[in-house]
Amino acid sequence: MVGNGGTAATDRVPALAGTLDVSRDHFELFGLPAHFRVDAAALERAYRDLQRAVHPDRFAGAGDAQKRLALQASARANEAYRTLRDPVARAEYLLSLRGLDAAADTDTRLSVAFLTRQLERREAADEASDAHDARALAALIDDVRREADAIGAEVARLLDGGDREARPRVREWRFLVKLADGLDALRATQAGQ
Amino acid sequence: MTLFRISEPDAAPLPHATRRAVGIDLGTTNSLVATVRDGSAVVLPDAAGRRLVPSVVRYGERAVDVGHGALAHAAEDPHNTIASAKRLMGRGLDDVPDERRDAYRFIAGEGIVRIATRDGAKTPVEVSAEILKELRIRAEAALGGPVEAAVVTVPAYFDDAQRQATKDAATLAGLPVLRLLNEPTAAAVAYGLDNAAEGTYAVYDLGGGTFDISILRLTRGVFEVLATNGDSALGGDDFDHRVFCWALEAANLPPLSPPAARSLMAKAREAKEMLTLHDAAPLVAVLADDARLDLTLTAQTFADITRTLVAKTLAPVGRALRDAKLTPADIKGVVLVGGATRMPQIRRAVGEFFGQAPLTNLDPDEVVALGAAIQANKLAGNRESDDWLLLDVIPLSLGIETMGGLVEKIVPRNSTIPVVRAQEFTTFKDGQTAMALHVLQGEREKVADCRSLARFELRGIPPMTAGAARIRVSFDVDADGLLSVSAREQTTGVEASVVVKPSYGLTDAEIARMLEDSFAHAADDASARALAETRVEAERIVAATESALASDAALLQADERDAIDRALNEIRPRIAGDDRAALAAAVAALNAATEGFAAKRMDRGVARTLTGKRIDALDSP
Repeated sequence: MVGNGGTAATDRVPALAGTLDVSRDHFELFGLPAHFRVDAAALERAYRDLQRAVHPDRFAGAGDAQKRLALQASARANEAYRTLRDPVARAEYLLSLRGLDAAADTDTRLSVAFLTRQLERREAADEASDAHDARALAALIDDVRREADAIGAEVARLLDGGDREARPRVREWRFLVKLADGLDALRATQAGQ
Repeated sequence: MTLFRISEPDAAPLPHATRRAVGIDLGTTNSLVATVRDGSAVVLPDAAGRRLVPSVVRYGERAVDVGHGALAHAAEDPHNTIASAKRLMGRGLDDVPDERRDAYRFIAGEGIVRIATRDGAKTPVEVSAEILKELRIRAEAALGGPVEAAVVTVPAYFDDAQRQATKDAATLAGLPVLRLLNEPTAAAVAYGLDNAAEGTYAVYDLGGGTFDISILRLTRGVFEVLATNGDSALGGDDFDHRVFCWALEAANLPPLSPPAARSLMAKAREAKEMLTLHDAAPLVAVLADDARLDLTLTAQTFADITRTLVAKTLAPVGRALRDAKLTPADIKGVVLVGGATRMPQIRRAVGEFFGQAPLTNLDPDEVVALGAAIQANKLAGNRESDDWLLLDVIPLSLGIETMGGLVEKIVPRNSTIPVVRAQEFTTFKDGQTAMALHVLQGEREKVADCRSLARFELRGIPPMTAGAARIRVSFDVDADGLLSVSAREQTTGVEASVVVKPSYGLTDAEIARMLEDSFAHAADDASARALAETRVEAERIVAATESALASDAALLQADERDAIDRALNEIRPRIAGDDRAALAAAVAALNAATEGFAAKRMDRGVARTLTGKRIDALDSP
């Protein structure tokens, strides 16, 4: 089930304990505890050290077998890093480690009230963009980001407290972050980029 | 913050022979080859001391001319003298803009562009291969033997088809390519943005026909590309073309014949180059009896007529920053790369955008080849102690066609490579044994708005009732940024065979045929050449295996060790022999015998990393 993190690497050395061991989760891969709150500097360091060990550039002159392994191991490290570095993806991944699908439609469906509110925001943003009202657009984006951050803080509390209720909130969080990114793109288009 | 070149300490001569490694910048306008000699990267000049090879190929009456010789005949023999072939790599005729259609005799048809020459139909891949061959010969003369390791650079914004075309050209030219390296990343390496220069840098690379912007973060010897963007059909050539159009109009010239047009293009380029250091440049020529030119182009006019081109480079810069979630203020330094960045209006615009003067202390024409040489030297194993690492990204999203002509993204742009993504599919009909996947690259939602890369046909799916098969398709993007596809039916474990039909590329069979043709054509002994290449490969693998055994034999069980020793004993006498097929078989056998060893060594490396040992303490492979 949930990785207890941290110590796995030293326990399992030396036989086939590497990046390609599929029973190892992303946290174990980097020797980190499976918590939502991660030490960003430690994650980055572990990722880089791992890439230094497995990156295909290290095996450019090696045989095909070693090259193929390097590609797979390096890709695995990239995938794990990409997931753990992004807070929303990390939350979803933690849920999945607990056997919960963050995107499951059964009991996490976003409420009509929530969706209506986001639809209204999107429309307001389009209107602000059409009217070249940069200030209104910026205010809207700030508003969405603030709400997303608040949900993120709540998710952090719930996840590290082992609460299943994190799931619907993670979905809302994902939705709001996507909305904010979409509005940022709209703002950039408007700014002529 | 000062940036400095990687200056390697007086390295002790390596105990074993240094492998001949080169870095090649295959440019739109000029190409060059560099190597690392006595610890520093140097460009290899020709006998006359010229460092740049114009990327021009002329299919002449008797021979193929490359470089200066070809360029000299461009105006008199325009249809057989191909310049800027890089712009056509991995492209179809539909991609060639109307104003460039008259330049050559393009052959109508689907797929990759073909040009009729007196030597027959030529693809841009073959034209590029001639340039690479010239550079290979130059390097071999300078290094005293065959090139054993090459790194060839490509624009960061090149898509899969353009990258594959470049790799195919290198194969045709007989170059052992260890890596395709992105040009801005190569420049960053050459600038030696190492431990001493930590922070986030932008590399603005405007070449003859391509534009790239890469945002890199440098931390403790790791060069991590955060985002890249660009335009693979925008470069210095376009600035020449603006001058050309301006001259046509200003001098009220009649329509020009192809040779006259080439002459005017050359004059336009000269004027552009002159304006780097002067405020005005003359354009004087007799192009034809009724077409006389006597104009002066001022720096101001030049800036005015190219304003939109400059703006066209800044839009991708903004997008790259946005993808990296950064603002111009976050950028510690801006490196200019590519001959076209000599234009004052570019330097001004980039300086204004980032709010700082760009860095230009290395020759913008040479910096990419120098970086590629440094990387080639490292990949060849000549500099094991170099503890730096490049982490690059894929520039454009990869996706597959789904219902209704829409694209489903599989690998998003700016994902760090290598990347492996799997997707599951099922069959539509009872007993279905094949399916096709249409792979596209681009950011838009509709198939029609993205670039078609290839159709992958999966064959040999075990017949089952509709919807019962579970076909797991793996999309692997390697460290060259090249995609490969493999597929396996999950319930039976049967591996499907994958046949690739590139949309704008050459099939493996076409490459093989071109290789044969080129051997026959050059009166080169095809089998001798093939044997020599297999020998290089065999020696490489034997050396790699021996050094792995020297440091890690303890990881092996007795029977595993025996199998590897047997494979080594099989291969050694064959290296000196003449039987290429037997040698190739022995290479394959050694590869197979070392598979488990490779896995153990990698695991051990990983385990050491995770238990906190410094990577410097690790063995070298």
